[in-house]
Amino acid sequence: METIVFALLNGVIYGLLLFMLSSGLTLIFSMMGVLNFAHASFYMLGAYFAYTIMGATSFWLALFIAPILVGLVGAVVERYGLRKVHANGHVAELLFTFGLAYLIEEIVKIVYGKTAVDYKIPSLLDFPAFTIYGASFPAYRMFMLFIAIGMLVGLWFLLKKTRAGLIIQAALTHPHMVGHLGHNVPLIFMTVFGIGCALAGLAGVIAGNIFVTDPAMAVLMGPIVFVVVVVGGIGSLEGAFLASILIGLLQNFAVGISASFADIFWFTGLSPTSEIGDITVSSLAPVLPFLLLVLMLIFRPRGLMGEQEL
Amino acid sequence: MSIKTAAFAAAVSVVAVTAAQADIKMAFIDPLSGPFGPSGEAAYTSFILEAEKINAAGGVNGEMIEVTGYDNKINPKESLVQFQKAIDDGARYIFQGNGSSVAAALIEAVNKHNKRNPGDEVVFFNYAAVTPAFTNEACSFYHFRFDAHVDMKMAAITDYIKGQEGIKKVYLIGQDYVFGQAVAAAAESMIKEKRPDIEIVGNELHPLGKVKDFTPYIQKIISSGADAVITGNWGADMQLLMKAAAESGSDIPYLTFYGGSKGAVAALADGAIDRLYQVTEAITNLETSDEQNALVEEYKERFPDYDYYYHRAFNAMRMFKAAAEKAGSVDPIPVAKALEGLTIDEAYGGQVTMRAEDHQAQQNLYISTVAKVGDGVTYGVDNVDYGWKLVEGGSIDAASAEQPTTCEMERPE
Repeated sequence: METIVFALLNGVIYGLLLFMLSSGLTLIFSMMGVLNFAHASFYMLGAYFAYTIMGATSFWLALFIAPILVGLVGAVVERYGLRKVHANGHVAELLFTFGLAYLIEEIVKIVYGKTAVDYKIPSLLDFPAFTIYGASFPAYRMFMLFIAIGMLVGLWFLLKKTRAGLIIQAALTHPHMVGHLGHNVPLIFMTVFGIGCALAGLAGVIAGNIFVTDPAMAVLMGPIVFVVVVVGGIGSLEGAFLASILIGLLQNFAVGISASFADIFWFTGLSPTSEIGDITVSSLAPVLPFLLLVLMLIFRPRGLMGEQEL
Repeated sequence: MSIKTAAFAAAVSVVAVTAAQADIKMAFIDPLSGPFGPSGEAAYTSFILEAEKINAAGGVNGEMIEVTGYDNKINPKESLVQFQKAIDDGARYIFQGNGSSVAAALIEAVNKHNKRNPGDEVVFFNYAAVTPAFTNEACSFYHFRFDAHVDMKMAAITDYIKGQEGIKKVYLIGQDYVFGQAVAAAAESMIKEKRPDIEIVGNELHPLGKVKDFTPYIQKIISSGADAVITGNWGADMQLLMKAAAESGSDIPYLTFYGGSKGAVAALADGAIDRLYQVTEAITNLETSDEQNALVEEYKERFPDYDYYYHRAFNAMRMFKAAAEKAGSVDPIPVAKALEGLTIDEAYGGQVTMRAEDHQAQQNLYISTVAKVGDGVTYGVDNVDYGWKLVEGGSIDAASAEQPTTCEMERPE
């Protein structure tokens, strides 16, 4: 029972964090038509910026300033990089974001060193929030949960309830029509790219200290975010949300299961000491999202909620 | 450039200047970046400091030592590339320790190189890769290990558990590669033999260096009802495991090989006291000479990010020096032959002997736990006020720590 409660809590928090990353990516995808390989790099930038700002001032300031800075970097990348490359088609854009990811990683290595930086959680939140079944649950994780829910509500409100959101949605699917109506479509695109990057930056700010802030964090997070976007259905925010929570729960629950293949497939006569029978579900946890990706592409190529096939 | 890297670069560049007239080139092939970068850097700086000391005292047979770092990103394939680079740069002595997967690849590469290039041999000084096979079935004349291997350390841990009546359930967690598997196997067989009443309630292997949040694993440990956890985790995997353990607020003790990994004590802080245990060849809070304490302090001053931890690195350099002087040569084969059976006094009152049959160093081992500075502890670690303190009866002499070997070594003429 306690395993289920904790896996639920941790799974939802991790899932919401994934959504923070993938919502930006999926918005940008709808806009550009290609996956932004550098998206997880903005997540990393968020963590490093927050580390620097926290060192100089406080975590609370970093919480606001770091995502804005990352958003500005994103906007600059869109305005002076992607927009120029766009003229040369999708392949050029894809390669551009691919190169950008490496560039950002190398710059981070030069500026901050090759090993992890000591980005700590604020001492104000460094206490157990509550204790259930003999294990305490850190307050900072609850804080992450609230920030993520706040972001979710904010994004939903912006896109669905405001006029700006209406124009953004229209511009994503029918840019020419929106342009003819007199809106500045390139500006909208730049803003969307900036907001997407800022969301990734925010995820970095709140996750960098609970996980690890090092130059490899983008490379580790990137593939999972792609899985979320593809499983959720390219371009669908609702799908990305479902897929994020699904993958968050899947990974956390899998770690908690000690059953081995021999236990599950006992009817095939698989021996628990054999190479395959010895594999436990928990050791497979890191692979499960990718298994889901492969299965999804085979059986439902448009993803959970996507409207178009890949 | 951050302050940290700048300080590290400055500290290392001092060596680079004096190294211009180096005669003995040694290559340090280990991770100097990524999640295990700190483990590599802490050892690299230890070798560098001792090389400086030896050079300042007149060198080895009058010749100067130069230690050069090669970043292998803890990848066996990358290590072979760096190994070739080191040989091309003139290195004939290789230091490596982080990752038995890397050590296995290097042993094979060294053996192959020596077979193909008679008269131009390379010797591998392993200071931390502790899979037992390297000094048993896979032993090599060109490989010397200065750290106690898994079975030796696990024997120390299980002897300690034997006396702890309160421990009825043990949980094993480790990294999923040859080393972690060796730790789990040793723990299982030794606990069964020494305390058959203990139930092993979990045997978990997680991917090496990939897990960023150990909370689900800690949750599993707590719900298993374990009274103690045994782990061989090191580097970031040790630090993050302790970070998650601290967050959970549980007070299950951790019996570790590498609780001294950077950041583990700081992650637990007060929670580490009588809860985090490690088995090592030395701790800085043992009784010793003023000279050794001065060395510990000098290390901390030069490399403030790290602590004097790799005592075996210093021992390895001193044994190399003693062997070269005994052989009257700094060439690999005479040095290797002189190292066999060689004994030196080490700084904490014991002796280190390089057992000739399998090239496994035999030395005292110590089980220690964390205590507050002042509470029988002089030197803290991780820049916090907590340091390692010997547990009662935690001192194991070299003879008791010794384990048999199955090594059948082929020696060159």
